[in-house]
Amino acid sequence: MIDHHALWLVIAALGLGSFGLRFVFLGLIGDRQLPEWALRHLRYTAVAVLPALVAPLVVWPAASGGEPDPARIGAAVAALLVGLATRNVFAGIICGFGALYGLLWLIG
Amino acid sequence: MASTPKSTYWLGVREGLPFLLVVGPFALLFGVVATEAGLNVLEALTFSVVVIAGAAQFTALQLLQDQTPVAIAILSALAVNLRMAMYSASLTPHLGRAPVWQRAFAAYFLVDQSYALSIAKFEKERDWTVRQKVAYFFGCVTPVCPMWYVLTVVGALIGNTIPPEYALDFALPITFIAMIAPMLRSLPHLTAAMVAVTVALVCAGLPLNLGLLVAAVAGMIAGAQAELWLARRGVTGEVRT
Repeated sequence: MIDHHALWLVIAALGLGSFGLRFVFLGLIGDRQLPEWALRHLRYTAVAVLPALVAPLVVWPAASGGEPDPARIGAAVAALLVGLATRNVFAGIICGFGALYGLLWLIG
Repeated sequence: MASTPKSTYWLGVREGLPFLLVVGPFALLFGVVATEAGLNVLEALTFSVVVIAGAAQFTALQLLQDQTPVAIAILSALAVNLRMAMYSASLTPHLGRAPVWQRAFAAYFLVDQSYALSIAKFEKERDWTVRQKVAYFFGCVTPVCPMWYVLTVVGALIGNTIPPEYALDFALPITFIAMIAPMLRSLPHLTAAMVAVTVALVCAGLPLNLGLLVAAVAGMIAGAQAELWLARRGVTGEVRT
């Protein structure tokens, strides 16, 4: 069980810290022009952070105890290919879930 | 189509709605896990309202349950959230000219979903004004964030009744992949993503979730270098679709 004093301390510190991280550039840089080299790197933030966040979840999903799971890898591949082909986020989500449930049902 | 801030707001609401499918189960799950860890409903709700970052909340909760020192629990959860600073920097060229109170609210509501939706939109709609962009951002947030609070409470009240067969653990990877795929529209974008994935897998064992940050920085550098390399050859590397 959790120590409730520690919990409230964590909530407060995490709240302040998270807001700080979110506000640091938006709030403090504001409308000052960023240098070209910074903008050049920022253009690739989304396509670097989000795949890096997802890749370990796909290869070692917690639900299968961290072992690679064919159904989840298949679902990830389906979402990626459909997303690339259609350029439509929702089509990718639907096909990803379709592949996930289909493969879970097939493999059992 | 000429769009007003009002219409971009509603566009954001419409495009944010599907992400309820992701955020909903995640919030429910947090409520459930929080209850199992011994939090009451008020504590679970406060956690979600104050921190509003699922992965960091799960991390902190897990570490507190394992009797980790409080400072380590806080630092680890903040490390999970370091990507928010990157999101903040990435949105600054788009939202930086908005009034500071709007930027403060945008910062509070800066989550994976609102960031991914907005940056994809802003890169496509290059002629949007700051007001249109701010409106779109808050549109995306409107269906997603309030439900984060509500479903945390629901999860805390119902406890552990979502059967694992629904495989809702995988809702987040599927939706993020589906969001990223259409953004991979040029050679530098592809390079950034592939380098980030490779480094993330190689560095997955690093403590404090640092592998994610190393991978993100490596991906960003790879993308920027690929862009420079292509520019020196006088091509843009846009992928034709």
